[in-house]
Amino acid sequence: MTPRRRQRMVFAGIVLAGVAVAAVLSFRAIGDNMLFYYSPTKLRSGEVPLGETVRIGGLVVDGSVTRANGDLTVRFDLTDTANTVAVRYIGILPDLFREGQGIVALGRLGPNGVFTAEEVLAKHDEKYMPPEVADSLKTASAARSAATGPTAALAPESRR
Amino acid sequence: MIPELGHFALILALVLAIIQTVVPFAGAVRRVPAWMNVAAPAAFGQALFQIVAFGALTYAFIVKDFSVLYVATNSNAELPLMYRISAVWGAHEGSLLLWSLILSFWTLAVAAFSRSLPAAFTARVIAVMGFISVGFLLFLLVTFDPFERLLPAAPRGQDLNPLLQDIGLIVHPPMLYMGYVGMSVPFAFALAALFEGRLDPAWTRWTRPWTTVAWVFLTVGITLGSWWAYYELGWGGWWFWDPVENASFMPWLAATALIHSLAVTEKRGAFRAWTVLLAVFSFSLSLLGTFLVRSGVLVSVHAFATDPARGVFILAFLAIVIGGALSLYAWRASQVSGGGEFELFSRETLLLTNNVLLVAAMGTILLGTLYPLISESLGWGKLSVGAPYFSMVFIPLMAPVVLLAALGPLVRWKRDHLGALVKRMRAALGVSIVLGTALMLMASAPVSMGAAIALAGALWVLSGVLHSLWDQLRNRRSKWQALLRLPRSYVGMTLAHLGIGVFVVGVAAVVVYGEERDVRLAPGETVTLAGYRFELLGVDAHPGPNYQAERGKVRVSRNGKPVVVLAPEKRNYPVQGQPMTEAAIDPGLTRDLYVSLGERLGDGAWSVRVYVKPFVRWIWLGALMMALGGVLAASDRRYRAEARSHARAAAGGTLAGAGSMSR
Repeated sequence: MTPRRRQRMVFAGIVLAGVAVAAVLSFRAIGDNMLFYYSPTKLRSGEVPLGETVRIGGLVVDGSVTRANGDLTVRFDLTDTANTVAVRYIGILPDLFREGQGIVALGRLGPNGVFTAEEVLAKHDEKYMPPEVADSLKTASAARSAATGPTAALAPESRR
Repeated sequence: MIPELGHFALILALVLAIIQTVVPFAGAVRRVPAWMNVAAPAAFGQALFQIVAFGALTYAFIVKDFSVLYVATNSNAELPLMYRISAVWGAHEGSLLLWSLILSFWTLAVAAFSRSLPAAFTARVIAVMGFISVGFLLFLLVTFDPFERLLPAAPRGQDLNPLLQDIGLIVHPPMLYMGYVGMSVPFAFALAALFEGRLDPAWTRWTRPWTTVAWVFLTVGITLGSWWAYYELGWGGWWFWDPVENASFMPWLAATALIHSLAVTEKRGAFRAWTVLLAVFSFSLSLLGTFLVRSGVLVSVHAFATDPARGVFILAFLAIVIGGALSLYAWRASQVSGGGEFELFSRETLLLTNNVLLVAAMGTILLGTLYPLISESLGWGKLSVGAPYFSMVFIPLMAPVVLLAALGPLVRWKRDHLGALVKRMRAALGVSIVLGTALMLMASAPVSMGAAIALAGALWVLSGVLHSLWDQLRNRRSKWQALLRLPRSYVGMTLAHLGIGVFVVGVAAVVVYGEERDVRLAPGETVTLAGYRFELLGVDAHPGPNYQAERGKVRVSRNGKPVVVLAPEKRNYPVQGQPMTEAAIDPGLTRDLYVSLGERLGDGAWSVRVYVKPFVRWIWLGALMMALGGVLAASDRRYRAEARSHARAAAGGTLAGAGSMSR
């Protein structure tokens, strides 16, 4: 084997080794870290496995935000205008969190139907609405209009 | 009138960019000097009109012309002047205008500093950069016009996002764009070589300084972004593996691999085809990153459904540039490859391993960033990739890179013996491990495997650097003189590698030993964290120019002695109705104290977040050291001397086969 050919093989070997290591690491890690998104309707219909960390989103129901006295526990309801889920979170809420606003929460659904959130995210686009939430609202209103016949569809995005 | 002038200037810039692309390239192919000489004037004209266009938009912001839609959406009557100017690049359209302007500046710089390069080569380089300019200008004019009018004009404007009303966000995008756009220079150099079908022996020496400077800007831009997120977002985090952050980090990884590959190609002539490919990768990732962030696709894949023109244009542009470049590479790579030979254990092999790891890390980040987009567009469901994925993959891949950083400079080119190296490094290895553990125990920190390994790694880098320095100075009579005479490229490399060590220490300390607590505090109540006592004294109102604020007063003490009084704020910007947290930080070399206000809870109490972050500043310090190292390396004598001697020779009418020796 000429030196040049051996060198080429060394090259190829190192590259393949690097790719293999990266691939193995990636595929193992990504499986554990895929976070699926569900709307309150999907949550209610039992599609979400209990105890698995997922993301849910919806509009914060007006008047549903309650705080326990003495600690940082806060409870509120999330809705996609078709179904509502109760959420419990211990911690400081983000600045953009407010009633009537779309937010996304990361956490687990408990057996009692309450979603315990580990993180509350209020990232948004120019319309102040997380896109996943906007989609869920559209789906819900489309389902409603399909059920009740052609009526003027509700405009789900709140423009603030 | 002025916005229309700006729009017109943009059209003229486009015309000049088209000329800049077509004529010099044809001139290089047909060997017509007159056509090739069109490159520099065309680039100059294009830059001029871009300045006019950018100036027009800035003017519209300064005079609060709310009849321009972009100004109305991003500014406000009460917005202070400083932020009115920085709002120009606060949103998508203006950002891309800035990108385009910076590209015209880099093109001008290349035209100005390339007098010692062959005319045909320079003509091709400028033509390639012109092609990219054409793409951006077309995009701006056809789908992303910052000068679009809003009639009737908005009375007060929607206001700049409060998060952007900050010095960090004034400087961060321009720095980042200087880096992104700067990568187009090695890209253009690579394509020019591929078009020519040969790699000039001096190609590396021309390309290297441009690449290093662009890399420095990218490093500074990313560092600024991280530092800004830390103090402005109020969450104490400095890196979130957010798609926007990843979009800037991927080109940085590729560019770092490129710098190291260029080193091998310059010194030993090896890796030529790889270097060209990495140059194509780096800029492709820059383009991808720019569009990922500025097209709205990260927010929602379906953003394109509302405006398909944008999506189609971006995808087409990316396909043409990246696809075209890679096709050209596939076709012509064999004509630029070839090069020095080396043994299994040599500096070349270590640098190759280093680059493979960097590119692999970049690939895994690319996968994690694009996976949600792919999943959503293929209908697999909306998913996001959690941050732990990135750390789980990135850290194992980068750990060997840190180790190699110390090792590389100590291993000889072409051929070295592993046994001899181990003997040389035995002491350093032992010292790193022992000293690392000892330091940790001395700091009376709870023992952590991860922190120990990280600290040992940083010390390993330090010992490698010291060993290498000793090797340089050992045989000189006057050590001090030799130290001062060390070439800048060497000092730059050393500083940058030391920066890696400093960075690793900062990350490990913050991740392992950082402490955080969310508490409810009423005035007079305290919370203790990591030996520091935080007492909330009270919260009162404080008005600002375009906001209302509630300012808290937190007294921090340690062992009974007062340390600092912090003043965190909760601001409300009335125009957008958006509250914003302004955290209070007591910065320090060995620790940061960080307090941010949550919200008012009844009875005068507030939710408060308190952090103690050890060594967090070392993260950005290390990154700045890397950037400074790059600056030193790029200003090495051999690049300046080469240019000077060529200029002199050219002026004298003879072509000296000059050149200082490369290291």
